[in-house]
Amino acid sequence: MAQETHWSTRAHAQPPAISLRGVVKRFGSIVAVDGLDLQVPTGVCFGLLGPNGAGKSTTMRMLTAQALADEGELQVLGYELPRESKQARMEMGVVPQLDNLDVELTCRQILTVFARLYRVPAGERGAAVDRALGLANLTQRADTIVRELSGGMRRRLLVARGLIHEPRLVLLDEPTVGLDPQVRQELWTLIDGLRVRGVTVLMSTHYIEEAERLADVVAVMSHGRIVAQGTPSELVRAHAGEQVIEVYGPPQQLAELGELAASKSWQSRRSGPALAIMRAEELDGDAPEGVRRPANLEDAFVALTGEEIE
Amino acid sequence: MSARAQAVSAQPRAPRVGRLEPAALAAVMSRDVVIFGRYWKATTFSSIVQPTIYLLAFGLGFGTLVKTIGHVKTIEYIATGTVATAVLFSSAFPGMFNTFVRWQFQRTYDAMLATPLDVEELITAEILWISLRAGVYGLAPLVVGFAFGLAPEWGMLLIPAIGFVTGFGFAAFGVLVAAIAKTIDNFNYITSAVLTPMFLVAGTFFPVSTLPDGVREVAQVNPLYHCVQLVRDASLGTLHAGDVGHAGVLLAFALLMWRLAIWQLGRRLID
Repeated sequence: MAQETHWSTRAHAQPPAISLRGVVKRFGSIVAVDGLDLQVPTGVCFGLLGPNGAGKSTTMRMLTAQALADEGELQVLGYELPRESKQARMEMGVVPQLDNLDVELTCRQILTVFARLYRVPAGERGAAVDRALGLANLTQRADTIVRELSGGMRRRLLVARGLIHEPRLVLLDEPTVGLDPQVRQELWTLIDGLRVRGVTVLMSTHYIEEAERLADVVAVMSHGRIVAQGTPSELVRAHAGEQVIEVYGPPQQLAELGELAASKSWQSRRSGPALAIMRAEELDGDAPEGVRRPANLEDAFVALTGEEIE
Repeated sequence: MSARAQAVSAQPRAPRVGRLEPAALAAVMSRDVVIFGRYWKATTFSSIVQPTIYLLAFGLGFGTLVKTIGHVKTIEYIATGTVATAVLFSSAFPGMFNTFVRWQFQRTYDAMLATPLDVEELITAEILWISLRAGVYGLAPLVVGFAFGLAPEWGMLLIPAIGFVTGFGFAAFGVLVAAIAKTIDNFNYITSAVLTPMFLVAGTFFPVSTLPDGVREVAQVNPLYHCVQLVRDASLGTLHAGDVGHAGVLLAFALLMWRLAIWQLGRRLID
């Protein structure tokens, strides 16, 4: 087995796993995706970070041709969409945001049906199902009906279902939304395991910590297009600097400080009970009293999109 | 070859997939089979008991008053008519309800369409499964009829095939209705205004010749009427050239509804 190469080495060795150019998708008068350019390199865990309504789910649906773009070019694994979408889906796994499991079937039954849908050869289906159950830590629950599973188990089953055929590209749409912290950790470990195996992962999320932890590359999406892209540390350095000063105080004081910051063209934002001033390393003597901390992805995100996220 | 090209060509490509693949149809139907395994008693009960009750009520009820309908013994007339109603109800209702529930409430179809399955295969497989069942359930009234003096006839072996084709058309019709309906309550309109008159103006329990002018013509465009004629002739050993016409209408109905169902549900499944 070859040694694990750095993701950037793998990325440059092959054409992109996903290539979207100038993609537009409208629903009536709403433009959900507005001139999207996105290149996902092979072997990378790519985070699509954006608030709700940014167009992430619509983008995911276009990648499986369950939504058809109004304009633009789409390619997945070298296949042109939507013409060759079915072929692309043979090599692609999808973990959707919403639970669409058959509540009446057992884990094993669901995985078997999907193994057939993905054309796993008959002789290999049993092994594929066992492997997927193991990956999702559901071996004990193989013959339990979905209705009797907890939320976390159902989510793990959703992941297993998308991986039953060992695809080389996996789409994860908000994989941990609505889950409690422990289950979230379990899923993060699972997703991390995919990266190690060289599977290309495109993960959409509105959780900044999730993007920061798991993604090699993060693209920030807002109002239907990418506004910035890079590794988490590149994004932070480019859009929030290295250090941030957080000033705590009553709202009145913070409001005044905010106006002062604006007049001096300092980059700042409200962060709960504090006003955070970015690029504190450039302020020198001018800086107000406060707590110094490293800049993080959340600062960069708010600077880029102007949106606060949970 | 450059290192880049080598890396790309080293990746194994999946086998090519085409249109209406048997493997895809089998995969979708395998899901239906598993669910059927869980609920077969309820499904079979509802598909068999209702027509049987019609058969017993009309057969025994009228059978004592009226010995023949046209040139046919009452029990034979009613039993063969009931075959058609069994096929109709075991295909149109699942077509409507299963489709709607799986699509809207469970989002099952969304999940499956993320795999190498397209809308045409998905809908065709669902219709095929319903039709296979309808073909089998269509035999039930005949079996009940045997107990009441219906004579077995070689032509009855054609019933599953006739039931399959008729069921295909009505299942597809059900899918079409599900695709167009805004809510599940809308199905009441179809049941009362379309299906109920349909199974009465088909020669199921009485000949259409007894109906007034105009209404009789409606029977000609009613696929169920053609099903009833075909079933009756096959079951009583009276098949003739005209039955080819009946079969043709059923096949055309099936084909037309199939394409319409795929078109309409497809539009709603893919944004």
